Amino acid sequence: MESGPISGPVLTDGVAGETHPRSADLSGVPAKPNPAAATGEIGGSFWRRFVFRRPLVALILQRLGLSVGLLFAVSLMIFGGIEALPGDFATTYLGQSATPQAVENIRKDLGLDRPWSERYLTWLGGAVKGDFGTSWASKNSVSEQIGKRLGNSLFLAFFAALISVPLAVGLGMLAVQFRNRLPDKIINVISLAAISLPEFFIGYLLIMVFAVQYGVATFPATVYDSMTLTERLSAIALPVATLVLVVLAHMMRMTRAAILNVMSSAYVETAELKGLGTFRIIARHAAPNAVAPVINVIALNLAYLVVGVVVVEVVFVYPGMGQYMVDAVTVRDMPVVQACGLIFAAFYIFLNMAADILAILANPRLRHPR
Amino acid sequence: MSDYKDYLTRQVMLGKMNRREFLGRAAAFGIAASTANTLFAVSAAAQEPKRGGHLKLGLEGAAATDSKDPAKALSQFLFVVIRNWGDLLVETHPTTGAAVPALAESWEPSADAATWTFTIRKGVKFHDGKELTVEDVVKTLQRHTDDKSESGALGVMKSIKEIKADGGKLVLTLTEGNADLPLLLSDYHLVIQPNGGMDNPDAMIGTGPYKVASFEPGVRATFERNQDDWRTDRGYVDTVELIAMNDATARIAALSSGQVHFINRVDPKTVSLLKRAPTVEILNTSGRGHYVFIMHCNTAPFDNNDLRMALKLSMDRETMVQRILGGYGKIGNDFPINDTYALFPEGIEQRVYDPDKAAFHYKKSGHSGPVLLRTSDVAFPGAVDAAVLYQESAKKAGIEIEVKREPGDGYWTNVWNAQPFCTSYWGGRPTQDQMYSTAYLSNADWNDTRFQREDFDKLLLQARSELDEAKRKDMYRTLAMMVRDEGGVILPMFNDFVNASTKQVKGYVHDIGNDMSNGYVATRVWLDA
Repeated sequence: MESGPISGPVLTDGVAGETHPRSADLSGVPAKPNPAAATGEIGGSFWRRFVFRRPLVALILQRLGLSVGLLFAVSLMIFGGIEALPGDFATTYLGQSATPQAVENIRKDLGLDRPWSERYLTWLGGAVKGDFGTSWASKNSVSEQIGKRLGNSLFLAFFAALISVPLAVGLGMLAVQFRNRLPDKIINVISLAAISLPEFFIGYLLIMVFAVQYGVATFPATVYDSMTLTERLSAIALPVATLVLVVLAHMMRMTRAAILNVMSSAYVETAELKGLGTFRIIARHAAPNAVAPVINVIALNLAYLVVGVVVVEVVFVYPGMGQYMVDAVTVRDMPVVQACGLIFAAFYIFLNMAADILAILANPRLRHPR
Repeated sequence: MSDYKDYLTRQVMLGKMNRREFLGRAAAFGIAASTANTLFAVSAAAQEPKRGGHLKLGLEGAAATDSKDPAKALSQFLFVVIRNWGDLLVETHPTTGAAVPALAESWEPSADAATWTFTIRKGVKFHDGKELTVEDVVKTLQRHTDDKSESGALGVMKSIKEIKADGGKLVLTLTEGNADLPLLLSDYHLVIQPNGGMDNPDAMIGTGPYKVASFEPGVRATFERNQDDWRTDRGYVDTVELIAMNDATARIAALSSGQVHFINRVDPKTVSLLKRAPTVEILNTSGRGHYVFIMHCNTAPFDNNDLRMALKLSMDRETMVQRILGGYGKIGNDFPINDTYALFPEGIEQRVYDPDKAAFHYKKSGHSGPVLLRTSDVAFPGAVDAAVLYQESAKKAGIEIEVKREPGDGYWTNVWNAQPFCTSYWGGRPTQDQMYSTAYLSNADWNDTRFQREDFDKLLLQARSELDEAKRKDMYRTLAMMVRDEGGVILPMFNDFVNASTKQVKGYVHDIGNDMSNGYVATRVWLDA
């Protein structure tokens, strides 16, 4: 039953998959990356030796390198995407009230009359040095603006994660313990209902009940500099509740499925025969082996909490990154869109990498590839 | 009849009817205007403004990309922001639309209306303590007119040839006479800034009733009362907070839960539901904005006036106002002027839905096959529904309309003013002249109906410099008839501005100039505890 803990749809990168055939492990293939190493040429280049001795560090380094490449690709794609959209900054910013002269003035001012490759390279030159430039529309420093907005987004995501992750894992284990009995069914039905409703609808429902009818919650959830931490926390209560409901089901069900998978393996049966309690078996024996897919789902949901919550931001009037980027796309404010896009991509890449690494750390067989 | 008078009086006392509505209805019943004046005096005395309090407004139309520079302001949110901290030379009267002195105390045209001399008010202080001088005014106007200007007022300022200070007065020389010049200066971008904002256009320092305390683009703006305000009849609350709420449902939720005192852009579709909330008051004001279906008069098949006429006659205006505006609007008559404009030409016959006559003109035009109408939700709220309604009403006249839904993104660049038949909207302009010059003059940038008639252009210019009002009014009637009967615009409706407030908010002035009491909402209302 080797394949038990690591089966499932979420493992896409194949790192863990390498361990499937035991015999391959014995032949000295390192955790990943270079199939050429299989030839047994261990003493070859420095990198190969390094990969063999420190497979995990090598993997991280390799992933980091790939991430930088990916970020370049992302920036190019965003740039191309904005170029492909109808209308440039000057015409969309002025909208219906554009006059040819005003459009011309703005274009000249921003250098939009230059070819796109030149503009991209200029931007890239700045970005590599950490200078994201100023917003075309508001003339504010992009880094400064993003600093604030990103802080808000992370604040919201952090608290949503703080509540939803333990809750999801806990409920998942609980569902396994009472599988196919009433508590399991209740947990399933409620979480499925929550995931089936669109997030804006959940948001409106919460607003209607808690802000309009009973007046117990703070709405709108606008946060600003002069707020105290308590005020902030009370402001984000409703959006956090919405996000928790949205992401809960996904993580909870993955936890349940992964643990159930392990529960059918022989060593769990042994534990049962030893006379251990059900919950102890789940928490101490089954869960650690089921952790890899769960971590992956959690990582995806964390990424969603940071980059995908624009609808929730709009509904609750929360000044996060999503709204900032959408505003910028609407007027083709290139420096802002690029910076937001890169940050979002970086988050996604980082969280996925972290999930892979954690999955390897959680599994001793992956940690010591022999 | 006396019962009716009592009823009207009650409405006035309750503040449910403004002066204009009252006069209109009372006149119909022969109540003398003098009675009306007394009534209003009583009503006003009953509502003595209260000072103090914190006013919160939840407004649509803010973005993270908003600029602090008034020259580049476009959105509803910035409109209110600017009104709070800045002042114009000239304001408009809330009910008549006439020019009212603001930072300019008085003005005098030359005989040909081509040179204007403005006396600038003395003893007015900017928020930074500096005194307002005529130099500041000159610099401001120059910043909005020079070649590098990105100002939204560039269009209205084009006709000014020279701006100079002369013996403490402002002298403007125009390229040609314009009897409406003071009204052009009431464009909301033209707030007077220290040194014209040449040093720092983003400083948000002006002479207005509120000082900017904080401004986070796309999130929030807060204001404190300007203790040195040169006027006492405004700025009643101590502090103002504007919160950006771009989601219509969020605005309604915030208002009905009492978290904000005022919201703008109430969706006509939900107005009747919001009205039921006991704490909420709907504030609707007739305006000059209008929703249009525009045809290019120089492009086949719309170069045929019979086809244009057929399409105009197959528009069911009443249904449009009811279904698209929820009744919050007035029907249009295919020219862009309504009775909120000074010198409105009364008595022009209302065009009505007439499928038979439409069919007659359609046949006469010799056109066959479907007519392609492009639309998008960004054209105006409910534009796609309006297009479909129109398709239905035209079908009864035997005209087949094909509705094509275009992406909202890029609509103003690729469809409006580019494609021969589409839906669009126009905000009002301060004067008839400006409305026609912006969109109906042959060589206007935004002549979105490609309406090109030499006699129209000539008469419009003539009317512009005519100082005799009776003659001018007559000219405007002729212009209106030309557009109505031969133009490319189908104008089914003028939309009301629909806002809502809690009942705590008192003193809201229904201003025909623009939405949200012409942007002055925060400076004009007070809170009744």
